[in-house]
Amino acid sequence: MTAISGDRKRSSRLKEKTLDGYNFAYLDDQTKRMIRRATLKAVAIPGYQVPFGSREMPLPFGWGTGGIQVTASIIGIDDTLKVIDQGADDTTNAVNIRRFFAKTAGVETTENTSDASIIQTRHRIPEVKLKSDQIIVYQVPIPEPLRWIEPREQETRKMHALTEYGVMHVGLYENIAHFGKVTTSYDYPVQVNDHYVMSPSPIPKFDNPKMDKMPALQLFGAGREKRIYAVPPYTKVKSLDFDDHPFEIESWSECCALCGSSSSFLDEVITDDKGSRMFVCSDSNFCAERRAKGHKGPGLPRKLEIKDIE
Amino acid sequence: MTNVLLSAKNLSHHYGSQVGCIDINFDIYPGEVLGVVGESGSGKTTLLKNISGLLQPSSGSVKFDTRVDGLKDIYLLSEPERRLLMRTDWGIVFQNARDGLRMNVSAGANVGERLMAIGARNYGNIRNEATDWLQNVEIGLERIDHYPETFSGGMLQRLQIARNLVTKPRLVFMDEPTSGLDVSVQARLLDLIRGLVSQLGIACVIVSHDLGVMRLLSNRLIVMHQGRVVEQGLTDQVLDDPQHPYSQLLVSSILPV
Repeated sequence: MTAISGDRKRSSRLKEKTLDGYNFAYLDDQTKRMIRRATLKAVAIPGYQVPFGSREMPLPFGWGTGGIQVTASIIGIDDTLKVIDQGADDTTNAVNIRRFFAKTAGVETTENTSDASIIQTRHRIPEVKLKSDQIIVYQVPIPEPLRWIEPREQETRKMHALTEYGVMHVGLYENIAHFGKVTTSYDYPVQVNDHYVMSPSPIPKFDNPKMDKMPALQLFGAGREKRIYAVPPYTKVKSLDFDDHPFEIESWSECCALCGSSSSFLDEVITDDKGSRMFVCSDSNFCAERRAKGHKGPGLPRKLEIKDIE
Repeated sequence: MTNVLLSAKNLSHHYGSQVGCIDINFDIYPGEVLGVVGESGSGKTTLLKNISGLLQPSSGSVKFDTRVDGLKDIYLLSEPERRLLMRTDWGIVFQNARDGLRMNVSAGANVGERLMAIGARNYGNIRNEATDWLQNVEIGLERIDHYPETFSGGMLQRLQIARNLVTKPRLVFMDEPTSGLDVSVQARLLDLIRGLVSQLGIACVIVSHDLGVMRLLSNRLIVMHQGRVVEQGLTDQVLDDPQHPYSQLLVSSILPV
């Protein structure tokens, strides 16, 4: 009895909250099923790119169509959605995707990382450690990490199947030969579960260590390239490196100008045309929370001095 | 008597009704240089592709002396095994160096790639090997970080050879390695190949239509005509005393300088 009345309650909530004439979360149910099948396969084979029939979405390819399709097919009425773009909750891409799901699925949305059950992201993983009841969905432009060195799809698939990943190190070799260190700073290739080499989407390599043994499920959707891949919870994710040039993440000489954090990923912001700049957390929610707790950074941007340029 | 390194038995290849090569038999021994000559369309390149694992022959067998299991048919090996063989024990030097090189990565990375492909993960060691091999093929060390696009034709071909020899293969296939190069560059390249082959004891199959190249490099010669082997023997013997009418024609067609 209670179950039935619960269902009624939910369906009436669905009716009043979602857009008339659209299915729940925009996509039709057949499409959602197809995407769920691909997602299940992806979770079963960590790091393997599963082809799927990507649909046209009401925004252009490259704006997060892959991520939106994955989110649309896993989201339920009880979910709470957070969308971030470059770490921030208030940029165009994030605001619009959040509003899209608020309209079409009637779900709760939040900017608070720990309140969200699904986090769709472009370019960042939140600074707050994710939990096992959360899912993070990445928007991926180019899913194939071997693409830049091997243009043939047939050949890259074979290389994945046979774990022939020597060429991945050619890119790192080139970095060290030309610049003395690995300069690849985003979309830094990782090997998942000791088999598939995977493109982590254009997140900074600062975030790569967060993917390793992450309690949350990680799903990746590439709309234009029609691929879905996944990293199940608590799976080993290793960034590629050389024995004598181990993997390193970015570091900054400054702390966040607003919240004073020295452990988060910082964006450099130019504040005038005279060389003044400041560093602020790229994760806007993390920064705001710290400020609410009373943390303070050095604040005002400072003038650029000659010694900084040298 | 040493063991056979590669053995081709009753090898035939057809492209539909077109004939590639018919009923070819030969053995290659370690350290030996085998030349394959013949006019264009005589099946030389088809034969080379057949025995180097690039193109499965219509019938017949190609066996290679693998390090672990001895003589095995390369087309009965599993694909990972065959690809491993191609990366380690074999080298393939293409006629067009651009086919065998990665043009968008530096010379050093081109040489280092095969090392990384077999598991080398120490940058310093890879760099040192690349440096050594560039020296071996007479490419200046100041060019190690330059892109192959900036190299001359002869340098490209030498770079391709370095890239192939870095894993110390036991057998190298070369398809017209000197064609398209001018005579003086050809001479230097030939000298280099001859030096490396004898110094490292690599067995080599060289396909060429240039009898001069063959005289210089190969120990044994196979003459092909319309898909068949019409004559085979020691190089000097075949070139000095050709038996088959086609070989006689071929030898007499060399332009005197």
